[in-house]
Amino acid sequence: MEQQTVESLQEKRLKLGSSPHIKSPFTTEKAMYYVIIALIPCIISSVIFFGFYQLVVIGTCCVFSVATEYVIKKLRKQKITIMDGSAFLTGLLLGLILPPNYPLSHCALGSIFAIGIGKEIFGGLGFNIFNPALVGRAFLQASFPVETTTWVKPKLAVDTVTSATPLAQFKFEKVIADVSHLFFGNVSGSLGETSALAILIGGLFLIIIRVANWEIPLSMIIGMVCFQGILWVIDPTKYANPLFHILSGGFLFGAFFMATDWVTSPITKKGMWLYGIAISLLIVVIRNFGGLPEGVMYAILLMNAATPLINRYTIPKIFGEAK
Amino acid sequence: MKMEVMNGFVVVKDTFKGGVHPKEWKELTESKPLEIMPLPKEIILPLQQHLGNEAVPIVKKKDKVVLGQIVAQPVGYISAPIHSPVNGVVKDIKSVPSPFGFPKKSIIITPEDSETKQFFEPLDPYTITSEQIIERVKEAGIVGMGGASFPTFVKLTPPKDKQIDTLIINACECEPYLTRDYRIILERTDEFLAGVKLIMKALKVEKAIIGIEDNKPKAIEILNKYLLSEPSIKLYVLKTRYPQGAEKMLIYATLRRVVPAGKLPLDVGVVVQNVATSLSVYQAVVEGKPQIEAILTVSGKGVVEPKNLIVKIGTPIQEILNYCSGLKQDASRIIFGGPMMGVPVFDLRTPVIKATSGILVLTEKETRRGESLNCVRCGKCIEVCPINLYPTKLARLSEFGKFEEALKLGIMNCMECGTCQYNCPSDVPIVHFVRIGKNKAKNLKIS
Repeated sequence: MEQQTVESLQEKRLKLGSSPHIKSPFTTEKAMYYVIIALIPCIISSVIFFGFYQLVVIGTCCVFSVATEYVIKKLRKQKITIMDGSAFLTGLLLGLILPPNYPLSHCALGSIFAIGIGKEIFGGLGFNIFNPALVGRAFLQASFPVETTTWVKPKLAVDTVTSATPLAQFKFEKVIADVSHLFFGNVSGSLGETSALAILIGGLFLIIIRVANWEIPLSMIIGMVCFQGILWVIDPTKYANPLFHILSGGFLFGAFFMATDWVTSPITKKGMWLYGIAISLLIVVIRNFGGLPEGVMYAILLMNAATPLINRYTIPKIFGEAK
Repeated sequence: MKMEVMNGFVVVKDTFKGGVHPKEWKELTESKPLEIMPLPKEIILPLQQHLGNEAVPIVKKKDKVVLGQIVAQPVGYISAPIHSPVNGVVKDIKSVPSPFGFPKKSIIITPEDSETKQFFEPLDPYTITSEQIIERVKEAGIVGMGGASFPTFVKLTPPKDKQIDTLIINACECEPYLTRDYRIILERTDEFLAGVKLIMKALKVEKAIIGIEDNKPKAIEILNKYLLSEPSIKLYVLKTRYPQGAEKMLIYATLRRVVPAGKLPLDVGVVVQNVATSLSVYQAVVEGKPQIEAILTVSGKGVVEPKNLIVKIGTPIQEILNYCSGLKQDASRIIFGGPMMGVPVFDLRTPVIKATSGILVLTEKETRRGESLNCVRCGKCIEVCPINLYPTKLARLSEFGKFEEALKLGIMNCMECGTCQYNCPSDVPIVHFVRIGKNKAKNLKIS
């Protein structure tokens, strides 16, 4: 047996460190890679419905995100952190919320903006206020409105499916998409957002392994059911039912992968509930009364801005402190 | 509250809010009987082995001392005497490294082989009075062995205006690796329970609760058998969770009483004592033996032969580790206490003191810290904090010197259990910063 005498350890010098001396095996890097794994079903669904070319779109986003982080860290003479998986994840998320066959030059630009302005300008991982992928998407939507709203008919499309997204179809033509199409993802839309099934597989995986919290997705869904339900009860011809709104657009993808982002969402349980319900309220307002058919991105970005405030007002009560 | 009575004991599933369950590693030592370690070559007795005032030596260099003889007197109310654990000669009185992390003035004794001893007169546990027990506990120098090492007699004499109704015996041993209390329960059941009854008598309480975690089925079985004829002592089996052994958590888990922030258990009518302390009380009263031994677990993946030992206080850990066949190649950090709250040592001559519950040798791999990442605000520290604090914020405030704000957010309520940092995926040194913050905030209050 390999052995050393007690005295030789003294010579080698004992290592010191303050307690606790052990740490749970769960790390931030691991969490990032788990999210990446959880996105695999969405990547697969985008390939099934929109073809293999979409891998190039997503890949471009990932490559440029990682490269941007590398260059910025190098320029600022900081430790290179690309191996923590967060930049890759931002690229992946951005790619999955872009329309099919999106121009690669725009992909690259969006990624550079997402990492550069969305994340690194604040100081990198943990310091950003807004979800970097959504910042990139908002930038693209503002800069290239035409390309960013050009949709493609899914590959398995039947006659009833058009190239318009279900939300736009309802908003402008009052046509409600088939629930089974919405569930499996056989509708037009952003790459990773169309298939509720794929999102649920990944999202539930994240909740089960406790990377994502369950409070935010659940509160968003409850909020959507309540607020949209009220409108629907008032006038079912003018307002679509809550299930349609949950399954269409970026709602589920936003609920499971965007709103649950650790950095930009509230830190307390109470805050998470507030945040989720407020997001769904904003989505309902934008989708029903705004000019745009879709509002998930703006709703989440707005609530990102409110997160520090929510954190401040939902500090938990200390054990034993007077009620 | 989910509590059910099963085979005579109470099972509690939802014990307290928060907490973690680190890998226990108790299998390394849980089946090893307590073993008496032979006399060491040297005894180092720090004058401070307890909370409160340092004791004052009453022996000089080259004096002969006898086993059990008092060598340092307490000063003031919160203090404790120190007795010689061996027969021998005082070699020196000087400052040497202590388990507190910094040097302390100590009496160094060279042991000699001799049969003489100077114990107290044994007392009859049936006719003894409350005052006699407290007096004996005081003169025997017994201090709490759960970690804080508060002089036990102080806890046994609560202020007149506080009504104590329950004694809780902390048998959780929630820190990983440690199996000392477990072995005491298995091997010294009679003495331990007699000690519990003596403490009950001293406190004049009718009711005692033994809180134990459900990862010790053998101990539960034995205690349950003994307690069938002891209706005044109830056994509570708690779902295993760290830090259940923290007084406030244990009181909540068993009695559902909340100790107000900044207050003590006796404010809710409870006194908490540890298993090893109960055994010491028994030994002091019935055998007349002062606190001159420590029962501890030597464990960790870095030590060749993990053991449960009974050692003389003042034994340098070097001799203890040699007695356990030395260290493995990858040993890197030696800790007094458990891996969650223990203090690391930098000198192998550091002696065991009265409250030492374990000596752990952790390996490079176990303690290795990657560089910590930034806080990603995941909230996992808040989720597990048993006191419901906002750990990452407190750490950040301390880091940037905003101690007043940290004070307002309740930094002084932190008991440094380490749960937050254990659970932090970014490995932020939360406890380290909170400790700094507590130190500074404490001074703020006074000024």
